[in-house]
Amino acid sequence: MTVSLIKLTALGFAWPGQPELLNIPTFTLDRGERLFLKGPSGSGKTTLLGLLGGVQTVKRGNVHLLGTDLAKLSASKRDRFRVDHTGYIFQQFNLLPFLSVEENVQLPCRFSKERAHRAEARHGSVVEASRHLLAQLGLAPDLGTRRADSLSIGQQQRVAAARALIGSPELVIADEPTSALDADAREGFLKLLFAECSASGAGLLFVSHDQSLAPLFDRTLSLSELNRAARPLEN
Amino acid sequence: MYLLRLALASLSNRRFTALLTVFAIGLSVCLLLAVERVRTEARASFASTISGTDLIVGARSGSVNLLLYSVFRIGNATNNIRWDSFETLANHPQVDWAIPLSLGDSHKGYRVLGTNGDYFEHYHYGRGLSLELAEGKPFQDLFDVVLGAEVAQALGYHLGDHIVLAHGVSTVSLQQHDDKPFVVTGILERTGTPVDRTLHISLEGMEALHVDWKNGVPARGAGKVSAEQAREMHLQPTAITAVMLGLKSKIATFALQRQINEYRGEPLLAVLPGVALQELWSLMSTAEKALLVVSVFVVLVGLIGMLTAILASLNERRREMAILRSVGARPWHVAGLLVMEAFALATAGVGLGLGLLYVGIAVSRGFLQANYGLDLPLALPSAYEWSLLGGILGTAILMGSVPAWRAYRQSLADGMSVRL
Ligand SMILES: Nc1ncnc2c1ncn2[C@@H]1O[C@H](COP(=O)(O)OP(=O)(O)O)[C@@H](O)[C@H]1O
Ligand SMILES: [Mg+2]
Repeated sequence: MTVSLIKLTALGFAWPGQPELLNIPTFTLDRGERLFLKGPSGSGKTTLLGLLGGVQTVKRGNVHLLGTDLAKLSASKRDRFRVDHTGYIFQQFNLLPFLSVEENVQLPCRFSKERAHRAEARHGSVVEASRHLLAQLGLAPDLGTRRADSLSIGQQQRVAAARALIGSPELVIADEPTSALDADAREGFLKLLFAECSASGAGLLFVSHDQSLAPLFDRTLSLSELNRAARPLEN
Repeated sequence: MYLLRLALASLSNRRFTALLTVFAIGLSVCLLLAVERVRTEARASFASTISGTDLIVGARSGSVNLLLYSVFRIGNATNNIRWDSFETLANHPQVDWAIPLSLGDSHKGYRVLGTNGDYFEHYHYGRGLSLELAEGKPFQDLFDVVLGAEVAQALGYHLGDHIVLAHGVSTVSLQQHDDKPFVVTGILERTGTPVDRTLHISLEGMEALHVDWKNGVPARGAGKVSAEQAREMHLQPTAITAVMLGLKSKIATFALQRQINEYRGEPLLAVLPGVALQELWSLMSTAEKALLVVSVFVVLVGLIGMLTAILASLNERRREMAILRSVGARPWHVAGLLVMEAFALATAGVGLGLGLLYVGIAVSRGFLQANYGLDLPLALPSAYEWSLLGGILGTAILMGSVPAWRAYRQSLADGMSVRL
């Protein structure tokens, strides 16, 4: 039988002292699927991603990641489970500026044995894996030893993608990774990201308020359709 | 340990603040260690100023005062001892040897001590070390003088030099005994005690200097006695300043001390040097302890500076923490990172402090030895010093746990979503 990558049921969440932000009866993402989740800014996209990673805990309902109920794990097990199976790309400032590009890519393998093992199994070593991914994402080899903050924003996002993909996590979560890029760079970045996700069989949950990217994905969902929580008035 | 690597990399990213912090800690550690070394060394050299002498006898005053002028050549006697009292002491059946000391003159700020040959034989310091001549021989002639090592070195005197002694011990407008110059016949080895800062002449020489003085002023014209005339005179001193006694049996010390204190001939005071030294040191130990306390506080200030620097960096580093969380660092990793940062800064500070200390000692050693008789050892840290350093590192870790706790809370609350 196949287990969904992500399965949400009857999820409810509110930030302390704020009205309910999310109320999602059901939501699933299959393995290897590429999903575009759109929603205006402030609608709770980032919050939802935090719940999926178990960084915030749900008030009610369940979050299953690869069939595991996150709420049933202890905080430290949840942290470990999250890195073992999820890679993250944020809007910007993804990298530790004081480390080299390659070292940034290798970070998840420092904290997750599982991902280090998988990287070694596929590429021989973590270092090789990071070089391979950087090359696949179109970064010249000599950039590897540069300080991360000496790269352009577009290059930094590709480094972040390589970091999310190292050690072949089943799920890649991308939180508006292209919003700091210009239109041409966006499509290029997405193509590379898709190619690498396919290569490692990772599912991709991509959230953005930018509709124009939607056609490139397998499926598109709108958070406002998913979410039953009373929306505060936008101005 | 990958966290340490991250902590160091993050620190080197904030190189300037980090270096300043390390420098502040380093200076404060250096100060603490220097104070500690000077303290230990001063106490040791102080305690070994005099040994082998069982009793010191002077006119009745305070025991500390007596010790100060007879051994340390500081201050003045309130009164003299009559020569017949000295003879009574010297002939006491319990007394093995008695050294007369006569003070009151000086030479360029250094005290002149009138004594006899027994001084060179019986005065001991440290662990029973006796005075050794580096050059020449003890005084034999009336106008011979034997110099302490520091006197000879500081004033550049050599054997055979003629020097003029001054009456009194103040530094201004002294009457010079220029009619009766002395010849340097001996220079003592360095001892690290006040002996180094003393000029030694015979009691008779001391007497000769003052034979023609009346009521504290030199004679004029016909009353003057020349050096040659003085040689022909009977130069028996009538009074001396203090006496050092060695007893045949230590057991008799207290009994003899009581006898002397109750001596009917004139009011005398006998003190045990060890006891008086302790009394004197306990007077100074307040200052010495205050110094230590102050330097401990300086180290604390240095560490608080570090704490401030780390705390101030926390906010701008929320992004760093969030990234670490997203790549799998757990909150305690984030906390550990900050503790390690504090530990690394403090360790570097301690290292710098030690380095500065050794450089400082190496540079100033000669100067301190020559001017203050302090021989600071260039040795590895003592067990006590290690424990001080360990305490500093422990405190740094404790302090590091403050920002660590805050970052821990912060990273739990922020998770991976830091809104900039
Ligand atoms: N760490 C937080 N603490 C409190 N409120 C938060 C926090 N993060 C987000 N919010 C609130 O949740 C709402 C949704 O924010 P977010 O999930 O970032 O939306 P989006 O990613 O769609 O722009 C906002 O109104 C914001 O104020
Ligand atoms: Mg967002």
